[in-house]
Amino acid sequence: MSQATQRTEESDEEALIEVRSLEKYYGDDGMFSPPPVKAVDGVDLDIRRGETFGLVGESGSGKSTLGRTLVRLEQATAGTVSFDGTDITTLEGSDLKHWRRNAQIVFQDPESSLNDRMTVGEIVREPLDAHEEGTDRERRKRVMDLLSRVGLREEHYYRYPHQFSGGQRQRVGIARALALEPEFVVLDEPVSALDVSVQAKIITLLEDLQEEFDLTYLFIAHDLSVVRHICDRVAVMYLGKIMEMGETEELYEDPANPYTKSLLSAIPKPDPTDDSERITLPGTPPSPRDPPTGCQFSTRCPAKIRPDGFEEVSEETWDSIERFREIVRERTRVELGTIDRVKRRAGRFSKYDDIDETVEELFAGVEQPPVVDEHVTYAVEQVKAGHPQAARERLYEAFGSVCDRERPAHHQLGERGRESYCHRHREEYEDVDTAIRR
Amino acid sequence: MTEPVLSIRNLRTVFHTDRETIRAVDGVSFDVDRGETVGIVGESGSGKSVTARSIMGLVDSPGEILPGSSIRFNGEELTDYTDAQYREIRGSGIGMVFQDPQKSLNPVYTVGNQIIEALGENQGLSGEEARKEAIELLEAVAIPDPPRRLNEYPHEFSGGMRQRAMIAMMLACDPEFLICDEPTTALDVTIEAQILELLQELQEERGLSILFITHDMGVIAEIADRVNVMYAGEIVESAPVEELFASPTHPYTEGLLEAIPGSQAGGEQLRTIDGDVPTPNEAATYCRFAPRCEHAFDACERVHPEHVEVGPEHTAACLLYPEEKSREERVEHHRTLAETEGDHE
Repeated sequence: MSQATQRTEESDEEALIEVRSLEKYYGDDGMFSPPPVKAVDGVDLDIRRGETFGLVGESGSGKSTLGRTLVRLEQATAGTVSFDGTDITTLEGSDLKHWRRNAQIVFQDPESSLNDRMTVGEIVREPLDAHEEGTDRERRKRVMDLLSRVGLREEHYYRYPHQFSGGQRQRVGIARALALEPEFVVLDEPVSALDVSVQAKIITLLEDLQEEFDLTYLFIAHDLSVVRHICDRVAVMYLGKIMEMGETEELYEDPANPYTKSLLSAIPKPDPTDDSERITLPGTPPSPRDPPTGCQFSTRCPAKIRPDGFEEVSEETWDSIERFREIVRERTRVELGTIDRVKRRAGRFSKYDDIDETVEELFAGVEQPPVVDEHVTYAVEQVKAGHPQAARERLYEAFGSVCDRERPAHHQLGERGRESYCHRHREEYEDVDTAIRR
Repeated sequence: MTEPVLSIRNLRTVFHTDRETIRAVDGVSFDVDRGETVGIVGESGSGKSVTARSIMGLVDSPGEILPGSSIRFNGEELTDYTDAQYREIRGSGIGMVFQDPQKSLNPVYTVGNQIIEALGENQGLSGEEARKEAIELLEAVAIPDPPRRLNEYPHEFSGGMRQRAMIAMMLACDPEFLICDEPTTALDVTIEAQILELLQELQEERGLSILFITHDMGVIAEIADRVNVMYAGEIVESAPVEELFASPTHPYTEGLLEAIPGSQAGGEQLRTIDGDVPTPNEAATYCRFAPRCEHAFDACERVHPEHVEVGPEHTAACLLYPEEKSREERVEHHRTLAETEGDHE
């Protein structure tokens, strides 16, 4: 039996950490501030005692912020995080300090997360000093012990971080995180900066330590194959939201959410004979300051639902419309300099209002039925007149579907706690696979 | 058979320091044929990036390409080139895409400005004509809304977009040979997929030859036709991509492939390679991988392994091969090869 399944059975569903409607916004202070960045935008999840819970997503998805909020390196904007029954988002003073012993973090970059002016011994000892654990002699002994547990030698106590390789430095970071015997450790991309063969060693070390000290891990990574190896359950994040969550093997074998499907299909597989169909997503994730009103993934989704009345429009045309909408959205986000603002107000031509060339290129060779043409022409005129916002609204009204307008629900799939955030799981719509294949 | 676009023989690039001489690239030989993608894969410190920089003539003091090294591009010996000649080649013959597009773009000029400059420099275009061409290049690398993007600064671009802009700038020079040094390492996986797809499309359209350097076996499997595995300054195995993944022969390649997580479904312990990549600071009169190799025997410490054929177009530098000979015969075979071929003083 594999290690992963064993662990799940032992942990018998008891949650160590319960996260409910957690939000973390940045830049939401002051009446005139621009809209906040919603780094974590309403997250619910449970982390069970003794398991390794994976959190994957691209840069900017909010996975690190979520991890940092769980160990109180960030203060949550709203929502609760209950740790063994205590809500830790409201802890203060000595209660907070006392609780911190339970939850530690290992950072991604072993180059910048260790103080170069302290010896390795001092670095690992610092948490013990801060929490006044035992006598001097006991602390030193504990540090020596920790160093050997993570595969370093006792004489390394007196060396400085710059004398170590990346893998060794990461071991120091791990020893420091374990110094206070925490129950819960957030591993924030602990192996991303390392070479494959070193990576394998650190992963094996983390697995051994988990068994030895009964640790619960939150493993944050953008590398999906590492997560598959080490995690019992996994959540996929996109723009502050959990898109899909479930048991690792089940989720990797049969992803339900269009984003998970695309993400998994994009991993380059170490197998040159592999000819599985790849879904290449268009564009980049939207700005977290200006996320879509509906589903966060709607601007790139390969399975996006079309609104009624456009069934006859060809795939090609529809694709051009979606790309045109993205360009107009981008235009509304441009922050104009003073000169351009004055020019625009004076009705003079501003370089930001030229769009003819782009549209021509976009719709070249694509048929434009009247239902489509009318709206596109209107939008082009608005952009040229210096009103990209009006163009954006018109396109939204004309071509917006349920994916643009409404946030999906987290649909429960199957018996084993699988959840997916997508309108396609509603009965009235075609399922995800049929939609993607089209 | 036609001549390869790029042909490298016994390339040795060293870096002199006060204490020692680091042999970053130590006797590397390989070819890149027209329209082909050749991959170099290895861990940090294996010398793969220095190989790329040597080809581009970007090795500065204290680095030095040792005499006896040969880099032939379209039949021309590049190691004899002066700086001015090199600038010519870098402009129109060989293009390079680096890992970090942030550092390769000038932050105080607009992206359009930089592309137009490259166009002026290499194709003599200027004014409206250059602008039109720049827009077309941005379209070619699938940047949406190019006329507006032209007026933006690099910081206004996302990471993937910047890498596209870099590729566009390089295309402005209309090269026939492309060196990609970890071009997707800093990017997210969905963006990486876009860039790999773009490179493959461009290769087809323009008949480019590509030298692709990466540490990621997945990316190599995806893009390369032929693969060279580098370890501590030397190529230890060379094979067509499918052959390499189907039957890796060098113990290092085997270890590297088995250390990739997720190749097998969960659970199973990852295989690790003990020890670290050594710094190649002395002549290779032995196998540099021997201290970490589980198959090593005493001769590995004394005899330098040479490349021997282990399959169709497949060579490996290891004393375990050729397999059909006895151990003594194999050691003798490598010793003779080393004496006749290499001058590893």
